[in-house]
Amino acid sequence: MSTTEDPRAVAKDASQERQKRMIADHFSRLARSEERGEKCVYTFVPGNLTELLLAFDVAPVLPEINALQSGMRGLSKDYIALAEKEGHSEDVCTYVKCDIGMLRSGNIGPTGERLPDPDLLLLSYTGCFTFLKWFELLKQEYDCPVTMLHVPYQADGRITDEMRKYVVDQLRDKIIPALEQMTGKAYDEDRLRELLARSARAEDDLVAVLESAKHKPSPIDAYFGGVYYIGPIFTAFRGTQEAVDYYRVLREEVEERIRLGKGPIIPSGELEQEKYRLVVEGPPNWTNFRQFWEMFTDEGAVVVASTYTKVGGVYDDGFRHDPERPLESLAEYCLGCYTNLNLPSRVEKLANYVRDYEADGFLINSVKSCNSFSAGQLMMLREVETRTGVPGGFIESDLVDPRYFSAANIKNRLESYFQMIEQKRARGVTR
Amino acid sequence: MMRYAVGIDLGSTTTKAVILDADSEEPFVLGRGITNSRSNYDVACAVALGDALVDARFGMIAAALERAGVDAEARRVALDELTLRFREQQYRRQLAELDRVVRELATEAGDELRQTELAAVDELMTSLLNQVDALFTKDAQRKSDFFRDIAGSQYMHKAEALTRGGGCASRDDGPRFDTLVGLYDKAILAVENTDTSGTDFEDCILDAVVGPQRSLPALGAAVSEVIATRLEKLANVGTGYGRARLPFADTQIRSEILCHGLGAFTMFPGTRTVLDIGGQDTKAIQVDDSGIVTSFQMNDRCAAGCGRYLGYIADEMNLGLHELGPLANQAKRRVRVNSTCTVFAGAELRERLSLGEKREDILAGLHRGITLRAMSLLARSGGVKNEFTFTGGVANNEAAVKALRQLISESYGEVTMNISPSSIYTGALGAAIFATRSLKQEVPAA
Repeated sequence: MSTTEDPRAVAKDASQERQKRMIADHFSRLARSEERGEKCVYTFVPGNLTELLLAFDVAPVLPEINALQSGMRGLSKDYIALAEKEGHSEDVCTYVKCDIGMLRSGNIGPTGERLPDPDLLLLSYTGCFTFLKWFELLKQEYDCPVTMLHVPYQADGRITDEMRKYVVDQLRDKIIPALEQMTGKAYDEDRLRELLARSARAEDDLVAVLESAKHKPSPIDAYFGGVYYIGPIFTAFRGTQEAVDYYRVLREEVEERIRLGKGPIIPSGELEQEKYRLVVEGPPNWTNFRQFWEMFTDEGAVVVASTYTKVGGVYDDGFRHDPERPLESLAEYCLGCYTNLNLPSRVEKLANYVRDYEADGFLINSVKSCNSFSAGQLMMLREVETRTGVPGGFIESDLVDPRYFSAANIKNRLESYFQMIEQKRARGVTR
Repeated sequence: MMRYAVGIDLGSTTTKAVILDADSEEPFVLGRGITNSRSNYDVACAVALGDALVDARFGMIAAALERAGVDAEARRVALDELTLRFREQQYRRQLAELDRVVRELATEAGDELRQTELAAVDELMTSLLNQVDALFTKDAQRKSDFFRDIAGSQYMHKAEALTRGGGCASRDDGPRFDTLVGLYDKAILAVENTDTSGTDFEDCILDAVVGPQRSLPALGAAVSEVIATRLEKLANVGTGYGRARLPFADTQIRSEILCHGLGAFTMFPGTRTVLDIGGQDTKAIQVDDSGIVTSFQMNDRCAAGCGRYLGYIADEMNLGLHELGPLANQAKRRVRVNSTCTVFAGAELRERLSLGEKREDILAGLHRGITLRAMSLLARSGGVKNEFTFTGGVANNEAAVKALRQLISESYGEVTMNISPSSIYTGALGAAIFATRSLKQEVPAA
C-alpha cells in the first residue's frame, strides 16, 4: 500500500462527498420547483411516504430536517427568538419554533436558497403529537390543503391485520386521491413498485452499515456518524437510484474499514482506540453537534447502536419495503417507526442492542421539549439497566435551542459516566 | 518523616483537601483543610492543602504531648489555646497584607480618591487591626472561618459608618461607600490569590506557641519536634467543579461523582445511596457493596436548592449561613414556598415577610422545598436504599436534615441516615483514597 496516499481517505470522501452533493442538489431542485411547475409536499421524517410522493413526481420538504440544519448552521437561536416573540412558549418543541422563525425570515433553506411553499401538507402521524400542532400552525401560513394519515400506535407492541388495513385504506382512499388531485396525475402502482424495489436494496445496505458496529473495533459511530448515514434514506431519497448507489458505496467503505481493523471516522480524523461501546437513546443536540461528539471521542467512546437512527424507519428487525405488497409495506413501514413503538418494545430493542452490540453502557440524551422521545425515559433507563446489567447514564440537552446546551454540565456527567464504566470494568481486577 | 496522599475537591464555593497516611493499609486521615474557592485555582488548592497540613501537624503535636505524658485535659486546653493563637497569627498576617494592598491601591488611585477617602482608608484599616484581639478570645463567635468573610464584614460595617450622611452620592466631598468597597474588592482578590501557605505554618506556630507554652512547657518541645518533621507528598488526586483546571495530570483527576460515592462509602461502609448537596450541585448517587458507583443523577439547568441558594436566602434575611437551620427549626408551622427558582424565592420570601409571616416559618417551608427537589433526584437515580449517607455543605444544616429525614421515611420507610461531622470533606476523602490506590498500583520508583 502506498504510504503517501491513503485510498480509504479517498473512499471516505467518496461517500461523504456524494451525500453532500445529493442533499445540495435536492435543495436547489426545491428552490427551482415553483418556476418549473413542480409540486412539493411538506411532510415529516417518521412515517414519510417518499416513494409514493416520488411516484407522483412530487418533492418532499421535511421541516424537522430544515430545523436541525439551521441548528447546525448556528441560525436556530435567532429563529427561535423570532417565534418566541410571536408568542410561542419556551416549552414548545424547538424544532417547531425554529421552523416558524425560518419561515418568518423568508423560508431560506440550509443551502441559502428559498424553499418553495407547500402545495400540500401531508401529515403522517406516527406517535409525535406535536406534529399535529406544527401543521396546524403551517396551515395558518399557507393556503393549501392538509391531509393526514393516521397511523395507530403500537400499544400492544405488534402490528395487527386491522391496523395494517386501516392504514392501507387511508392511503388508497385519502392520500392517493389527494396526490392525484394536486398533481393531476393518475396513481401508477407499477412506478411505485419500482421505487419500493430500490428502497429495499438501499435498506439492505443501510442495515449492513449500521450492523457493522457489532465488530470490534466498530468501524462506524452509529449515532453521531449515524446521522450522516441515515440522511439520504430518511429524507428525499428513499426509492431513488441515487440512494441505492450511495448506500452501496458507503457499505463498501465500511466493509473496507472492518477489513483493515479501523475505528470510526470522527471530527478530528479517526478514532484510534475504542475504549467504551455505548448504546444511545434520544436525538442528538444539533447546535453543538461537533463539541458534543468530541466529548465522546475524547474519551474513546463509540456509539455502536442508537435509536435515533431508527426514527425514519426500523429496518434491523427485517422489515423491508416490498414491491409485491406496495401499500401494505408502506403501511408497515409507518407502523414500525421508532416513535410509534410502545415503551416495552423500546426497552426490549435497547436491551437487545446492548447485548447484540456488546455495549459497555447505555446512555440517554433527554430532550425536554421532545415529548415523543422523552416520556418514559427514566423508566427505560432503569429497566435496561436491570435487564442488561450495564450501567445507564442520563444527560440532558436540546435539539436546536443553544440555550439548553450546557457544555460544562454535560461534560461533567459524561466524564463521571465513563469513569463509572471504567471502575465497574476494573472491579474484580483491582479490588 | 510523614508520607501522605492528598485528595483535593475544588468546589464552586469551597476548596477542600484531605490528606491520608500513605503508609497506612486502611485509610487513615491525617488532616483536613478548607478554604473559599477563588479565581486562582492553584492558590485555592495550595491554601486548602496548607490548611490540611496544619491540621495534620496539630494532630502530631497532640501525639507528641501524649508521648510526653501530658494528660488528656491539659492537652485539650493547650491545643485549643494553641489553635486559637495560631489562627490569630494567620489572620494578622493576612490583615497586614490586606492593609498593604489597600493602601497601595489608594495611593495608585491618586486624584480619583478624595482626601476624605484617604483618611477613611486609614481609619478603616486601623479599625480592623483594633478588632483582632476581640475576634480571637476564647468565647468569640466568628460568622465564618475564612479571612475574606470576617475581614470583609468588618470592613463593610465600618465603611458604612464612615460614609453615613455622605452616602454614596457625590454632592459633598465626603468619602463614598462605593469607592471604599471597590478598594476592598480589588485588594481581597490580590490577597487571596497570593499563595503564602508554604511559609505559613512555621512562622505562625512559633509566634502562637509563645503564650500557651508558659503554662505547658512541653508544648514548646512538641512544636519544635513537629516543625522538624518533614511531610512528603506521594500522590494527589483532584476532583470537583474546577478539576479540569487543577494543576494535576489527567490521570490524577477523578469525577466528583466517583469521589463522593467512594468517600461516603469509606466513612460509612453500609452506604448504598448518597445524597450530596454542595454549592451548586445536587448529586444522588447509588453505590454497590464495594463503593463503586452504579448510577447517579445531578441537577441540570437549575441550581435552586443548592448551597448557593441557601447563601442567597441567608443574605436576603441578613443572617449567617449556619444560622438558617437553627432558626427554621424553631418554626411552629410551615409556610409553603412554591418558587423553585433562587431569584423568585427571594421575591416570595419578601412577599411572605411583608404579609407578616414569621421568618422561621418561612424558612421551614424553604428547607422543605429544597429537600423536595433532592427527593426528585434521588428517585431518578434509583431511590433511597439502606444505608443512606447525606454529604456536602448542606448536610450541616439541621433543618435540611430534618426535612430530608421526614420525606425519606414517608417515601422509603425507615432507613439509616448517616451524616458525618466532616461530611463537607467527602469528595476530597474519596479523591485521597483514589490517590493512595494509585500508589499501590504503581511500582515504587525508589
